[in-house]
Amino acid sequence: MTVPTTPPPRPTAPLSDAGLEVRGLTVRTAGRTLLDDVSLTVPPGRRVGVIGASGSGKSVTALALMGLAPAGAEVRGSVRLDGTELVGLPERERARHRGAGIGMVFQEPGTALDPLRRVGAQIVEPLRLHRGLDRAAARAAARDLADAVGLPDPASLLRQYPHQLSGGQRQRICIAMAMAGEPRYLVADEPTTALDVTTEARILELFERLSDERGTGMLFVTHDLAVLARIADTAVVLDGGRVVESGAVRQLLDAPRHPATAALVDAARATARRTP
Amino acid sequence: MHVLRRIVARPTGVFAAVVLGLLVVLAAVSLVWTPQDPFRADPFHQWEPPSPAHWFGTDASGRDIASYLLAGTRTTVVVAVGSGVIASLVGIVLTAVGSLTARWVREGTAVLLDILVAFPTLLTAMLLTAVAGGSLGVVVVSVGLSFGVTIARVARGEIRRIARSDYVTAARASGVGGAGVLFRHLVPNAAPLFTVQLSLAMATAVLAEAGLSYLGYGAGSDTASWGTMLADLQKYIGVHPWSATWPGAAIALVVAALSLLGDAVRDATDPRLTTSDRAVADRGAPPAGPSATVPGGSPAPETTPGVTA
Repeated sequence: MTVPTTPPPRPTAPLSDAGLEVRGLTVRTAGRTLLDDVSLTVPPGRRVGVIGASGSGKSVTALALMGLAPAGAEVRGSVRLDGTELVGLPERERARHRGAGIGMVFQEPGTALDPLRRVGAQIVEPLRLHRGLDRAAARAAARDLADAVGLPDPASLLRQYPHQLSGGQRQRICIAMAMAGEPRYLVADEPTTALDVTTEARILELFERLSDERGTGMLFVTHDLAVLARIADTAVVLDGGRVVESGAVRQLLDAPRHPATAALVDAARATARRTP
Repeated sequence: MHVLRRIVARPTGVFAAVVLGLLVVLAAVSLVWTPQDPFRADPFHQWEPPSPAHWFGTDASGRDIASYLLAGTRTTVVVAVGSGVIASLVGIVLTAVGSLTARWVREGTAVLLDILVAFPTLLTAMLLTAVAGGSLGVVVVSVGLSFGVTIARVARGEIRRIARSDYVTAARASGVGGAGVLFRHLVPNAAPLFTVQLSLAMATAVLAEAGLSYLGYGAGSDTASWGTMLADLQKYIGVHPWSATWPGAAIALVVAALSLLGDAVRDATDPRLTTSDRAVADRGAPPAGPSATVPGGSPAPETTPGVTA
């Protein structure tokens, strides 16, 4: 693993195929346009933020990238994974890229794990699927993975059911599950929103560490500007299903050009003032 | 084995297990032995009160109520198990067709189920009787069909709910395909509802057999049945109240035991109810601190790049 801790800044190079490239992504359901012509790029190993108010299309973007848009939704545009077009692939082939090409972490660790299965089994499942490990090897790999995501005493913890773990531990399990296929990109949909502040900080550290160590590119969806400023260098701002502004996070936060961005920044400042 | 132990860990589970175990044992015993011939009429011993010779007394024809009740256990077992099996098969097939096929088939099935649910069990039984003649088979098939439809209708909603759940989306996002989602997530999570519905179906089958036999659509006079018995005895309830109490109580006991069994099985198989939170919370709380300091103090993240560099 000779992945540099901080990959060199790579502008969205049109010459290279590498990267998660979204172009003109449009999602419609029965008469409603959920996403309208969304374009963004996650260069390999970089962390890109997606911000926006509730209902701006952040989660739809994340799900559409995974090919998991709501049933009956019409998806147009292009999602290229290191040069491979994903939109329009038959479900069977698309599923092969999930977990291996792009992994995803969800907002609610409480509901993203099957309540009836031991958490270990839920990590073992993608491990066997993507790495072709036998049961014993997959169990060992699951313990390593649990260790890597900072879970204490993996051997006994993996035998627990989701309801027996704390929110932060569940989210670590979800992250382990998403990383099991060693994806090149990780989509994180507000992964710390449901957690308390201390746990949030630790989970953010974990994301940074994983992405730095493994060179995993990340698309980090959030509505929290503090989280965004910490985790991502560049970001796109969504409003009403459209990208209204994009660029370096610093610049977006210091000098927002679009009213939607400005509103987010103002709201964050107001909150910060209320809680000194 | 674990599940059995957990079932009898609750009073309701013990009750269900004892009543149903007894029912099966008595049904088996009745195959080889009853105190008297359950069908032998004895005009000289009508309406006898309970006695050592006739434990539960005799009825209007002088038949031994205890023997007849015992012989009726077979019918009850056959009806409960037979209806249960048919209801499961019909329910599983209809649920599969209604959830896993092409969209137009699914929607067609949903409409069909809504129509079939409105079709009374009694009417099915009457139609089948008109075709095949009255028998226990008619009862089993008509009740099995009705409940199969009910199960499929309830299960369909449950399957849809589970298919849209976060954990199924998360499993799919990690690369799990259709078969994996079906057998590892959909089926196990829909199973509890299925169990409860099935036990309800079996309980209702016992009741329905009593009702249908009472109306003359069920077991013939050559088959001992609690329903037929109740129909015979209730005519005299004003004069000989205890006699109708026996089949009535037997039906009530079995029906209650069957419905409680479903709940007991569901509870015994749900890890949220069977694993204690506390034991883990106690162990989990202290490690939450150290676990925080592991990434926070980050010996792991710093050593790894250190090694590579």
